[in-house]
Amino acid sequence: MISCKFASLVGVAALAFVAALGGCSKNSSAPGGSGGAAADPLTGTGDKCASSGVKLTPATDVKIEGSKTFDKIKAAGKVVVGVKFDQPNLGYKDADGKRCGFDVEIAQLVASRLGIDPAKIEYKEIPSTNRETAIKGGEVDYYVGTYSISDKRKNDVGFAGPYFIAGQDLLLRKDEAAITSKETLKGKKVCSATGSTPLQRVRDQKLTEDENISEFKTYSECVSQLLDKKVDAVTTDDAILKGFAAQSPAKLKVLGQPFGQEKYGIGVNKEDTAFRNAINDILEAVAKDGTWKKIYDGTLGLSGSTATQPPVDRY
Amino acid sequence: MLEFFGTLTHNWDIFSRGFLTTLKLFLVGAVGSLVLGTALATMRVCPIPVLRGLGAAYVNTVRNTPLTLVFAFLVFAAPKLGLDIAFEPAAYLALTIYTGAFICETLRSGINTVPLGQGEAARALGMTFGQVLYLIVLPQAFRTVVPPLISMLNAMLKNTTVAAGFSVVEAGAIQAYLSERGENQIYTLLWITLGFLCFVVPLIILQRYLEQKWAVAR
Repeated sequence: MISCKFASLVGVAALAFVAALGGCSKNSSAPGGSGGAAADPLTGTGDKCASSGVKLTPATDVKIEGSKTFDKIKAAGKVVVGVKFDQPNLGYKDADGKRCGFDVEIAQLVASRLGIDPAKIEYKEIPSTNRETAIKGGEVDYYVGTYSISDKRKNDVGFAGPYFIAGQDLLLRKDEAAITSKETLKGKKVCSATGSTPLQRVRDQKLTEDENISEFKTYSECVSQLLDKKVDAVTTDDAILKGFAAQSPAKLKVLGQPFGQEKYGIGVNKEDTAFRNAINDILEAVAKDGTWKKIYDGTLGLSGSTATQPPVDRY
Repeated sequence: MLEFFGTLTHNWDIFSRGFLTTLKLFLVGAVGSLVLGTALATMRVCPIPVLRGLGAAYVNTVRNTPLTLVFAFLVFAAPKLGLDIAFEPAAYLALTIYTGAFICETLRSGINTVPLGQGEAARALGMTFGQVLYLIVLPQAFRTVVPPLISMLNAMLKNTTVAAGFSVVEAGAIQAYLSERGENQIYTLLWITLGFLCFVVPLIILQRYLEQKWAVAR
């Protein structure tokens, strides 16, 4: 009989779990409302997408000699672009399936200058860990999604750009007073994306203890943990954090002391130098005619930060 | 070849850390789900109808819920309900809650193989339900279900990789780290596979051993 009593305890726990699960699914099926992205971190849906309004007309008679990628794009009449979908104001997909953000518009800009109507872009959501494989395997023609240029990555892929320079910063709850610099992170719980460079930097520089580091697949999951007070800071590139802060300005803030430097590039096939050069030409052209500035002001610039286009690094 | 070994030796910190956590998850999850599974199986064959109903409800609900959802509930929904569970205990709990339901059903199939006469004889000797179950029926049931039970544990071992998505750095998170460090992805995945083999092979050997040692002659 003792065993039956124990079993009944387990049974009660089971019922509680079932009831709680029911409540959970009700929450997550509710449409993302007032809370923006943070209201529904699992699906990443939130407020509506708005573009910078820069008009992109496809160029005509574009020729790139000896580029396999371009030949493929030309033959298909469309371009396949790797993007992110959960980073507000950078690479984002709203509840209606519309895409927006700085990276998305840079991708559209490149497509239009390659002679492809931005409406004909086929977007592929490639998570950070699969980027090299997707580019190498030809799954995407190019990738635009907070892709930091690094020497190690250059072994696998080619980089056009940089088209933006970001620095690592901290996203905090609005009422957080104890964290005033990266040196005050000791003993605080810090969250970032699994395996990401910002996370490895926190580990290498011992900004906080190993057991205080939390990691999730996406930054939006970290932001959810931050709002639930299970972590004290989210760290990654300031551009990404400013996007989240702009979504819930009443609850979140960015520290504003960037450390380190991340150069965002456009990932292309390593062998296709002609294609890489062509994208670099495009980036240099938009620096001159002001299109880059217009896109920036209409997307990332909304977060209140100013930036200038970095010079292209042709290697 | 040198590069292949380099992938392991240069990143030994993350490999050792990841697989140690996987081992911890596996051991705690195995003990937890065996205990929970046995309790659930007891409920499902217990003479009290309410408990039988509860057991069946638990098993059928959890078996039809993806493991990721159980994790997501504990990590994202629980804090909103005022339940604060740290990430690693949440992983232990999720694996136990999930695997327990499957262990219960495996065990119940074993209980069903024990001839009815055994229980009747035990009851005729004046044994209580608990005594019948734990002295007569369950020992025989466990012996019969060694192969499917080890298969369940093997499946749980692989399920531990889900924890990587919920802030537990185990073997499933290694790839993300090494991709960021710019290591060759194929080599990385090969080493992770080899790592898992180191866990699975002893399990298979254990299964063979127990199967032969505990075989029930009927």
